[in-house]
Amino acid sequence: MSAFNQFLMQLINGLNIGSIYALIALGYTMVYGIAKLINFAHGDIIMVGAYISLVLLGTGLPWWLVCLLTIIACAVLGVVMEKVAYKPLRKASRISLLITAIGISYLLENLFQLIFTANPKPYPGFITLPPIVLGSITISSNYYITFIVSVTLMIILNLFVQKTNMGKAMRAVSEDEGAARLMGINVDTTISLTFAIGSALAAIAGILYSNCYSPINPTMGSLPGIKAFIAAVLGGIGSIPGAVLGAFILGMVEAMTKAYISSQFLDSIVFTILILMLILKPAGILGRNVKEKV
Amino acid sequence: MKKNDFKKQLLIDFVSIAAGYVLMRVLFAAGIINTYWQGIVLNICINVILTVSLNMTSGFLGELALGHAGFMAAGAYASAFFSKTLKLLPVIEFPAALLIGGLTAMLLGFIVSLPALRLRGDYLAIITLAFGEIVRNLLKNMDIVGGTKGYSGIPAYTTFTWAYLMAVICVLATRSLINSRQGRSIISVREDEIAAEASGVNTNTYKFLAFVFSAFFAGVAGALYAHYMRFLQPGVFTLDKSIEILVMVVLGGMGSIRGSVISSVILTVLPELLRSMSDYRMLAYSVVLIMMMLSKHSETVQAALEKVKGMFGRGRKEEVHS
Amino acid sequence: MTNVLEVRDLGINFGGLRAVDGLNLDIEENQLYGLIGPNGAGKTTVFNMLTGVYEPTDGTIKLNGQLLNGKKAHEIARLGISRTFQNIRLFKDMTVLENVLISLDTQADYGLFTGILKLPKFHAQEKAMEEEAMSLLSVFHLEGDAHKLAKNLPYGKQRELEIVRALGTHPKLLLLDEPAAGMNPQETQELMDTIETVRKQFNIAVLLIEHDMKLVMGICEKITVLNYGTMLACGTPDEIKSNPDVIKAYLGE
Repeated sequence: MSAFNQFLMQLINGLNIGSIYALIALGYTMVYGIAKLINFAHGDIIMVGAYISLVLLGTGLPWWLVCLLTIIACAVLGVVMEKVAYKPLRKASRISLLITAIGISYLLENLFQLIFTANPKPYPGFITLPPIVLGSITISSNYYITFIVSVTLMIILNLFVQKTNMGKAMRAVSEDEGAARLMGINVDTTISLTFAIGSALAAIAGILYSNCYSPINPTMGSLPGIKAFIAAVLGGIGSIPGAVLGAFILGMVEAMTKAYISSQFLDSIVFTILILMLILKPAGILGRNVKEKV
Repeated sequence: MKKNDFKKQLLIDFVSIAAGYVLMRVLFAAGIINTYWQGIVLNICINVILTVSLNMTSGFLGELALGHAGFMAAGAYASAFFSKTLKLLPVIEFPAALLIGGLTAMLLGFIVSLPALRLRGDYLAIITLAFGEIVRNLLKNMDIVGGTKGYSGIPAYTTFTWAYLMAVICVLATRSLINSRQGRSIISVREDEIAAEASGVNTNTYKFLAFVFSAFFAGVAGALYAHYMRFLQPGVFTLDKSIEILVMVVLGGMGSIRGSVISSVILTVLPELLRSMSDYRMLAYSVVLIMMMLSKHSETVQAALEKVKGMFGRGRKEEVHS
Repeated sequence: MTNVLEVRDLGINFGGLRAVDGLNLDIEENQLYGLIGPNGAGKTTVFNMLTGVYEPTDGTIKLNGQLLNGKKAHEIARLGISRTFQNIRLFKDMTVLENVLISLDTQADYGLFTGILKLPKFHAQEKAMEEEAMSLLSVFHLEGDAHKLAKNLPYGKQRELEIVRALGTHPKLLLLDEPAAGMNPQETQELMDTIETVRKQFNIAVLLIEHDMKLVMGICEKITVLNYGTMLACGTPDEIKSNPDVIKAYLGE
């Protein structure tokens, strides 16, 4: 394969993993924006989505129904999580919230480990469209479907947040919860909706991820979860376009580092870039720099 | 603190520390604490050091730190490398190894404190997280210390006496630091950075101090761990390990040294007691964790706790900060 | 009389906004100086520049002839400018005494190991600091509250504690940002009497931001009026009262 084709392949790899990070990062950034919570359990929703869809596929339901049911199940899980664990702590310190989120993450991982054991389970890929052939490179359907689905969802989400009343309510609550309440916005519903959307996106990420990277296991969500969170911070946490941009940059950096620099030192390189980025531009690429009022 | 109170406190400290040591020794000798549980006691000492030292950054300075396992790893590997390479008399070598472990971690603490001077809150938390992962990733790829296969053949120097001594030093040094002008300044950064600056506190100096102090003891804990387990693997020092320590800090109360000690005892013993539940152990742990955080902020539980506190008289000075 | 503070052509931009422009200030030793102006005139921004929270875009600030531009907030505090905040900023979870000890830290110099090992110098300096803190607190009759947490003080006392804390750095110039905000007329009067006492007792100059016009006119020796970030007028209370620009822009009569 020529060097150029090699490069193109890495570009496609980067776009693929970037789109999955982006779907997860969107959930992180929306929840952070509105609840100021680093929802460490968010990555585990991917895992939950993967397992639920695995079980449903086993029952012989059509793929689109499996996807729909998985998305609904994860959205409900997100809302339940919010109501049971986060809502009572809304006035608590950030660190208490973080520990609770970690507790939920452990709970989900161990619950699924108990049900499905820790052994990896093969995931039957159901995205079986013909691959696209561009000259000498072949792009498998997993790759372009992941990319198309992610980008479409991001556009829809952005339109939703910018144009609809619910979306405006979400932005208002993340700007100033108290003022939003005074303006008659139902803050509780808005926060629940945010969790529902974030979790639904994570469910889709879970399905797409499993299609590309079978088999699945109960801790599969934690690493992409952390990476997606880093992407969200990189792009400017709280910002939707920022999360997407950050995710694609991260995916690209990962793919290129693996191919051209070192796969062993991948994590060190990625995390060093993150640290330097944050030091140079603390608010992220698209984040706003909020100065504390004195 | 009045000078007389100080002398009284010193006496109480000395007597209770000595009594605690003698008691454990007697229980060991009498076989009431068997060899297996002696190992747990040693782990408690290591966890006390980790928790109290993390409390310096997370409780007193008020910065969420998610990379404590990285400092511990640095201390563990550096000290192990030292005592494996040099073959000195254990009496000289082990204290030196502990110091090397502490100093290596301290150096890394210094590096981490640099971004801490510019960033706060969640961003700093991510930096510390990233830093911990970098340390682990580098260790994985360092063949000189075994890489992913692990680092074995470390001399078994860590005894109960050493672990107990180090835990006592860590607790006393932390308490003493907090009750000095430097400690007050560290707390003032947590309370209000802008007001602290306006009151003449060089907040950068104290952030730096808190990070370096915290890292030093994490490194010492790592050194104790290395010479107790005699085998090190990068996989031990994950984000989960950092979080485990953070949970102990939060449970004991941010900025409460006594709380940190108590919670490290509870959270080291609890998983052992749950061991009979095997598969359900981690599940139970996570449920307990969530319930504890929820109850901590529920008003009924708060009121009940206040009552219990009232029964035992007013808390000591350090608890004022919690 | 020498000037404690000399400010020349001070200005600052926030993005495209010129928040303060061409400000001159001369404050003499022991003077009680008023800085007034409508909301958003840039008064607190001036305080933030004087104390190093913001770096001025242009102009100079001199304290006793020493240039303060580019110095960090804590350096400026140690050089002799201290302040209170409009929205009280106490160390809430520390005791009243500890709040004052933080700023009295400028008067102690024992090292880290002296502190940890509790050597004799530690005890000597801590004792001296505590005594001074108690005597400062007694100026505002706060000595009885010394061991309460700052957040448990009533509002008025919190404002007073902030002033006590500001005195801990032994300032030559004390900046008070609306010290009487939220107080009733009687409390305000008491506060002003105390400020007067403090000024004489500790021999410091005071720069005061205050909305209560009667009060400012009553006690200040000199006043600068800010409007939209620029200096509208400067002079004695009588001159200010009769200045047509001020009347038009500020008093609205």
